[in-house]
Amino acid sequence: MTTRWTRKDLLGLRELSSDEINFILETADAFKQVGTREIKKVPALRGKTLVNFFVEPSTRTRTSFELAALRLSADVINISATTSSLTKGETLKDTARNLEALHADILVLRHSSAGAPQFLANRLKASVINAGDGAHEHPTQALLDLYTIRERRGKIAGLSVAIIGDILFSRVARSNIFGLLKLGAQVTLVGPSTLVPREFEKLGVEVSHRIEDVLSKADVVNLLRIQHERQRREYFPGIGEYIRLFGLTKERARLLKPDCLIMHPGPINRGVEIDSEVADGLQSVILDQVTNGLAVRMAVLYLCGGISA
Amino acid sequence: MRQTKQKTSGAAAPIMDAEAIRRALRRIAHEIIERNPQVTDVVLAGIPSRGVEIAQRIAAFVQEIKSISIETGVIDVAMHRDDVGTRSELPIVRETKLPLPLEERTVIVVDDVLYTGRTVRAAMDAINSFGRPARIQLAVLIDRGHRELPIRPDYVGKNLPTSGGEKVRVRLEQTDHGPDEVYLEKG
Repeated sequence: MTTRWTRKDLLGLRELSSDEINFILETADAFKQVGTREIKKVPALRGKTLVNFFVEPSTRTRTSFELAALRLSADVINISATTSSLTKGETLKDTARNLEALHADILVLRHSSAGAPQFLANRLKASVINAGDGAHEHPTQALLDLYTIRERRGKIAGLSVAIIGDILFSRVARSNIFGLLKLGAQVTLVGPSTLVPREFEKLGVEVSHRIEDVLSKADVVNLLRIQHERQRREYFPGIGEYIRLFGLTKERARLLKPDCLIMHPGPINRGVEIDSEVADGLQSVILDQVTNGLAVRMAVLYLCGGISA
Repeated sequence: MRQTKQKTSGAAAPIMDAEAIRRALRRIAHEIIERNPQVTDVVLAGIPSRGVEIAQRIAAFVQEIKSISIETGVIDVAMHRDDVGTRSELPIVRETKLPLPLEERTVIVVDDVLYTGRTVRAAMDAINSFGRPARIQLAVLIDRGHRELPIRPDYVGKNLPTSGGEKVRVRLEQTDHGPDEVYLEKG
């Protein structure tokens, strides 16, 4: 392990090398073990201040970052869209500059606009961690997915990974595609042609519109949440038809290899993209993903926030 | 004399060779057995990378002398350092591996060189986050002085007076893929 981390920010997986991704995963190994100690806290970021700035609502990512920061002994402030002055007309840049005036060291940003973290990273001394920006990237989610696959299967190279569902608007899918390809996995995207257009093949992945063709050869299936609250009608025929064609029902789950991992970034819609029995079954690693998310986020905060500015 | 002076930037005055290191570690193993009547309660916890290799060697000597196998472990100190944010390069964090529970046991922290004592403080902090051992002791191959904290070793391979500008280099077979050696680099 000769790589050294030199980045102030984590904006996406597209710009990272495979060495850098592996370095984060190896660092996460050490931090995962902190969660098993009697005292689950280390002083690595003592005295640093982290601001969780979530312009788009999210509970699970925010709490995961918050707990990760607390376990590293950083101080944490949470700001959500409704409590921020954005609703009073302040620009993103002004809000961020105010946060910097408070001497925040790390800014974790969730924003509905792609590129917002990059915009701030270029202007602020603080480290900026992208916690999801529009339909662009969600790097820590992809890193925890990679970590979970590596932990369960011992490697990522050569594995066949199917990402199923609402790919078109999914930053989770995009970050996963970049990360998986860099680490040598084969990726197949599965879903209706409106949500999984052939365009994606340009990234170096396969595209399939028939889930049955893919399940039997996959080593990992990653089911994305159907964001029916965001779905525009023209892309999406209806929940019933989606379940009939693409839901991972217990009948379809029988097509999977016995050691195939079933993943989901959560929150799951039981009975839509995945049946309850499948989500709770032995092949499901959905809760491992949550545990590993903490370790991966500790690693990212340590690496980006631990270097002196 | 003139020649050595010219070479000082990278040149090395060897302090210990493989045989001297072997004898020093074997003597430490004897002292550990003497000072700890219940030697099976001892855990030799090395600080990466060379402390881990030294801990394993001391354990092998204890095995040789007493036919008792004692447990070894690894303590990561990187995430317990007190100087995060003041360095331009982050230490690599590693997984701590200690036999649990630590209660009722004697943890001997093992490192290659004892200098300021800050690494040992971080190691004790790390150990305490896993539990409360009966006692913590310290074994080092080289004590070079210049302590910044009230810490002293229980077992020392060699006391080596140094000046602040000098660097003590320890090379070990497994970690460094070369012969065992300790030498001094002038600053």
